[in-house]
Amino acid sequence: MNAMVQTIQAAPLLRVEGLTKSYGHVVGCRDVSFEIRPGEVLGIVGESGSGKTTVLNCISGRLPPNAGRIEFDTSRFGLSDIYRLSEPDRRRMQREEWGFVHQNPRDGLRMRASGGANVAEPLMNLGGRHYGKMRAATIEWLERVELDTRRIDDKPRHFSGGMQQRIQVARNLIHGPRLVFMDEPTGGLDVSVQARLLDLLRELVRDLGLAVIIVTHDMAVARLMADRLMVMKGGFVVETGLTDQVLDDPQHPYSQLLVSSVLQI
Amino acid sequence: MSSPLIIVEDLAKTFVLHNADDATIPVFAGLKLEVAPGECVVLSGESGAGKSTLMRSIYGNYLPTQGAVRVLHDGAYVDITRALPFQVMDVRRRTLGYVSQFLRVIPRIPTLQLVMEPLLENGVDVEEARERAETLLAALRLPRAHWGLPPATFSGGEQQRVNIARSFIRNYPVMLLDEPTASLDAENRAIVVQLIRQALDRGAALIGIFHDQDVRDAVATRLFTVNDFKAAA
Repeated sequence: MNAMVQTIQAAPLLRVEGLTKSYGHVVGCRDVSFEIRPGEVLGIVGESGSGKTTVLNCISGRLPPNAGRIEFDTSRFGLSDIYRLSEPDRRRMQREEWGFVHQNPRDGLRMRASGGANVAEPLMNLGGRHYGKMRAATIEWLERVELDTRRIDDKPRHFSGGMQQRIQVARNLIHGPRLVFMDEPTGGLDVSVQARLLDLLRELVRDLGLAVIIVTHDMAVARLMADRLMVMKGGFVVETGLTDQVLDDPQHPYSQLLVSSVLQI
Repeated sequence: MSSPLIIVEDLAKTFVLHNADDATIPVFAGLKLEVAPGECVVLSGESGAGKSTLMRSIYGNYLPTQGAVRVLHDGAYVDITRALPFQVMDVRRRTLGYVSQFLRVIPRIPTLQLVMEPLLENGVDVEEARERAETLLAALRLPRAHWGLPPATFSGGEQQRVNIARSFIRNYPVMLLDEPTASLDAENRAIVVQLIRQALDRGAALIGIFHDQDVRDAVATRLFTVNDFKAAA
């Protein structure tokens, strides 16, 4: 037999159908449907107000939609509508099987706890009790995200923005999630710091075979990270497809405008 | 005769530029092409005839207006124009390779790592991947001192060789070559010709665009004139 070859399985990990969310009279997103499989990286692109963050918040269990179904292949119950799970079951699934990387590390980190405690916390939340093992895992993850392990006890505010973001990445991957949501993960960073974080994320995603849903308004980030794209405008998905197809041969007027508006250097 | 590895059926491509008064640019229509194992079909036609557009449509990079592109993958034909993204990704990872004129990769990753990447994605272990990458880079005469550096600052010809290494490191059953020798000197062209011949010998199906007459003569098993399927404007 030939060497084992990693292929993406056909069964979806997350299935979204008819997702609609309004804020009063304001449309958040309307009739959004898609699937994501293990190992796939889906980018959601569009300008501010296009609804991409609304979609991300709804599908990650943080914002109940007005209509539609969001089903996740949970390890305990199989494919389930996440908003029909009991609150404790949903929270447990979020903790065990998902990660969420915020644009602002302050939203994703506990600023009063040390960097190391931030990374180790998900393990403790999942019932880890062996201090030595958790510390070893924390050190391993700090190394993986290229942080100086001697600073394990420093508070996040003593780290630079790029380093804080890497702590957040480690905190969201240490427990071995199957699906990770990322909201503009490189948004607030200098370009060189952004580049390094993107390289790191790319490598981790490939090595861990993660499914990732990443929201970004930056086409360069989308091209680098995502296998496929969903272009949003005014709450609707206007185009979907392979990343290079959407960027090199966009079909919808808005996608064409979006791609042609990217500044070249 | 063994079954073709690529079947292009009734393919049409027209670009519609919505932000330029919906201008339409018809490229080709009713295009048919089959490529069998061991064949190297060279696309001919003047600049603007649609050679690259055809290549990109076969790779799934451009979305054809009509028709099908069937690629033999795991013993069954996958229509690239209709397959789901994850299926196209799988075909690209294991069956369908593409060498473009330009290196469009991550500018910051060291060269050796870039060349190893397609193997790592296919589950080859790190040591073997490194060995094969080093062998290929050496064969392409890329100075060893460059291997640890990202290719962003390399010359055009050096970047092109990294690009070629990234594609030829996997023995793809089907390869699309869009002017792979464009910025290479005669000696390096000869090396690429050799790589192409090796691929043909092991039964790969190739479609290429070569402006260089010597290379074309050295590898083409037949020519395919894209102009014959010129779409009416």
